[in-house]
Amino acid sequence: MTLLDRHGFRPDPFRRLPAAEIAGHPAVILPLAEVQSGLLVRAAGQRIGIDIANTLTAEEAVPLANQVDLIAIAFPGFADGRGFTLGRRLRRAGFRGILRAVGPLIPDQFAYALACGFDEVELPDAVAARQSEAAWLADLAIYRHSYQRDYARGQNILEARREARNGGAA
Amino acid sequence: MYRYDEFDAAFVRDRVAQFSAQVQRRLAGALTEDEFKPLRLQNGVYLQLHAYMLRIAIPYGTLSARQLRQLALIGERFDRSYGHFTTRQNLQFNWIQLKDVPEILSLLADVEMHAIQTSGNCIRNVTADQFAGVAADEIEDPRPVAELIRQWSTAHPEFSFLPRKFKIAVTGAAEDRAAVAVHDIGLRIVRHPETGETGYAVLVGGGLGRTPMVGKWVRDFLPKPHLLAYLEALMRVYNAEGRRDNKYKARVKILVHEIGIEAFRARVEAEFAQLDPQRIQADAAEVARIERYFAPPAYQVLPDNPPAFLRARAANPEFDRWVAQNGFPHKVPGYQAVTLSLKGIGEAPGDISSAGMRLVADLAERHSQGEIRVTHAQNLVLPDVRQDELFDLWQALAAGGLATANAGLITDIIACPGLDYCALATARSIPIAQALATRFAAPARQQEIGPLAIKISGCINACGHHHVGHIGILGLEKRGEESYQITLGGDAGNASTIGEILGPGLGADEVPDAIERLVAVYLAHRQPGELFVDSVRRLGIQPFKTAFNAEIRHDAA
Repeated sequence: MTLLDRHGFRPDPFRRLPAAEIAGHPAVILPLAEVQSGLLVRAAGQRIGIDIANTLTAEEAVPLANQVDLIAIAFPGFADGRGFTLGRRLRRAGFRGILRAVGPLIPDQFAYALACGFDEVELPDAVAARQSEAAWLADLAIYRHSYQRDYARGQNILEARREARNGGAA
Repeated sequence: MYRYDEFDAAFVRDRVAQFSAQVQRRLAGALTEDEFKPLRLQNGVYLQLHAYMLRIAIPYGTLSARQLRQLALIGERFDRSYGHFTTRQNLQFNWIQLKDVPEILSLLADVEMHAIQTSGNCIRNVTADQFAGVAADEIEDPRPVAELIRQWSTAHPEFSFLPRKFKIAVTGAAEDRAAVAVHDIGLRIVRHPETGETGYAVLVGGGLGRTPMVGKWVRDFLPKPHLLAYLEALMRVYNAEGRRDNKYKARVKILVHEIGIEAFRARVEAEFAQLDPQRIQADAAEVARIERYFAPPAYQVLPDNPPAFLRARAANPEFDRWVAQNGFPHKVPGYQAVTLSLKGIGEAPGDISSAGMRLVADLAERHSQGEIRVTHAQNLVLPDVRQDELFDLWQALAAGGLATANAGLITDIIACPGLDYCALATARSIPIAQALATRFAAPARQQEIGPLAIKISGCINACGHHHVGHIGILGLEKRGEESYQITLGGDAGNASTIGEILGPGLGADEVPDAIERLVAVYLAHRQPGELFVDSVRRLGIQPFKTAFNAEIRHDAA
C-alpha cells in the first residue's frame, strides 16, 4: 500500500497489527473488533488507529473516535462514495485525529476527499503505480474556487462574491 | 437570464482543462476504462451504438439566442448538422468523436454553457417549468432557486459518487409543468398558509425507470433560507444509506420505499437538525444577486388582443389554429408565450437542424427578448412575444417548417432516441412516433381528439416517460423481435399517476391500430369537454382494455 497526503507520497508511520502484538510499535492500526483490547494495553505516547467499514454509522463510530488517533475508512471501490459522508460526519462530531481513506481512489477524487475532512489516502500499490504523484497533486490545483460552503477546502465562490461585494479583494 | 460572473466563467474553463487532462490520462493508460467512465459521464459523454454522444446542459431549459447559435455551429462542425432535445431539457449530439469533446466543451464555455453532470451518479441538471417567469399561474419564478441549486450541486465534494443518478425539478406555478412528482426531489414553491411567506414543499422518491413511483411529501413547508442545508441533509442520508448492491435498486425512491417515508423523513430531519443552515445557504445578498438576473424584461404597456392580431387570426385559419394550440397565456397583457413544436409530422421528436436553430435564434432576438426555453416535452418556447408580432413570427416559422400546430395534441409525442442511437435501448422509439404522427396527421382529427400525451421509451429506463403518458408505449425485445407494451392513464401533472398496462405486447406495425382503438373508446364515451385522461379516470381502464385486446391475435393472447 502507498500513502499519500496533500504534499505527496510519503512513508506510512502506522502499521497494521493485531492488538496482542502492538507493544513496541509507536503507531498501529487495529481492526475495529480489537480496538478495545488494544486501548487497554496502549503504551504512553503510542498512537492507535482503527480500520472501519464505510457502512459503520456515525453514531457507532463517534464513541470510538475520541479514543483513537487515526480512523481509516475503507473505500471498497472508488465509485462507492459512502466514505465521503462518513468522513464528513466524523469531522462534524468533533474528531480531530487523522482521517484516512483506504482503497482504490482515483486522483480525480483527491480534492473531494480533503474537502470532506480526509487528511490522507492509502492506495493499493497497483493503483499508485498507474496514478502518478503529480496527478494527485494536480487535482488539488484544478479549481480556483468551488461552490459549496462549509467544506474544508480553499476559498469558495460564495465567500469570494461576498468579499467582492464588500469591496475586498475579488 | 443568468449570466456567468468571473467565478462561474473560471469554473467552466477549469472544468474543460480538467476533462482534457482526464482524456489524456485515459489515452496514456493512467486511468482504466472503468475509472474514466464516471469522469466522462459527469461531463456528458456517453458511448452509444454508433458513436459518442454528448449531452449538453441547458439549466432549467433556458437558452439565449447566442447560445442556440453556438449549438448550431457545434452541430455543423462536429455532428451531422442537427441536435436532439431531451426530456430533461438538455441537448444531445449523437455523432461526436471523443477527441473533439474538449474543443466542444471549450466552445460551450465561450457562451456560458457546459455539459457538467448531465450524466453519472451525481446531481443532474436541474429542470423547471418552461414557462417560468411568464406564466399567469405562477406564485414565484423557479429559475433563481434552480440556478442556486445548479451552483451548489456542481462538483459537490460529498455527492459526486452517489449510489445512482439524482434528478431535481422545480416549479413555482399552480399547475405542475415540470413533472416534479417523478423526480428524485421535486420542489414546489408554495405560500405558507398562515404567514403568506414563500417557501418550498418538498417531494422525494419519485422516478420512472423500471420501478415507477410517484414522489412522497417529505416536507410541507421549508423556509427558503433552509433549502441548501435541507438538501445537504437529504443527500447525505441517501449517500450513506441508498443501496449500492444493485444498480436497479439504487435510486432514492427504493430507499424511501423500503424504509418508508416516515423513517426517511425522520432521518433527514435528524441530520438537518445537526446542521447550521446559515453556514450552508447562500447569503441574502447572493440570493438577491441571482434573482436580479431573472427580473422581468421591460414590458410595454399594451392592450390585450389588439385588433390587428384578432384580424390576422380571423383571416388565417392556420395561424388561428397555431395560436390557439401553441399559444400559452402570458402574465402581461398584450404578450404571449408560444411553443415551437419540434414534432413535425414524420420527423424525429425533439430533433432540430442547425439551420432551424439559427432561425429560432434570429426570431427569438426579433420577437422574444433573445430568449428561448426548452420543454421537457422536447419542444421549444419563445416566452415573451408581443401578440401584435405573432403573425410575423408565425410566417417566419412556417417558412422554416417550425409552425406545426400540435402542442399538447396526439402528434406531440415524446420519444427517447431508442435503438436508432442508444446502447441501452431494446427497441426503436422514433419510427413508432413517426408512424403514429402520420396516422393522426389530419389537423381536424387532432383537434377533435384534443389534448392527449403519447410518450414512448425504447427501454425500461423510461427516458421517454412512458409511465406518465396518457398513453405510454414501452419498446421491449421479445425473442429477438421488437415488442411494444402499451399503458394507459398515466399523468405527469398535478395528479401524477403511473399508467396501467393494457395487455400483451404488440409488434411495431400493430401499434397505430391499437392506439386508434383506444381513441375510439374515448370519442364514443366522452362527456362534453372531457379530456382523454379524464375520461380514462372516469371510465376506468376496462372499456379501453376490452377494445385494446379485441383485435390482438398473436401468440400471447
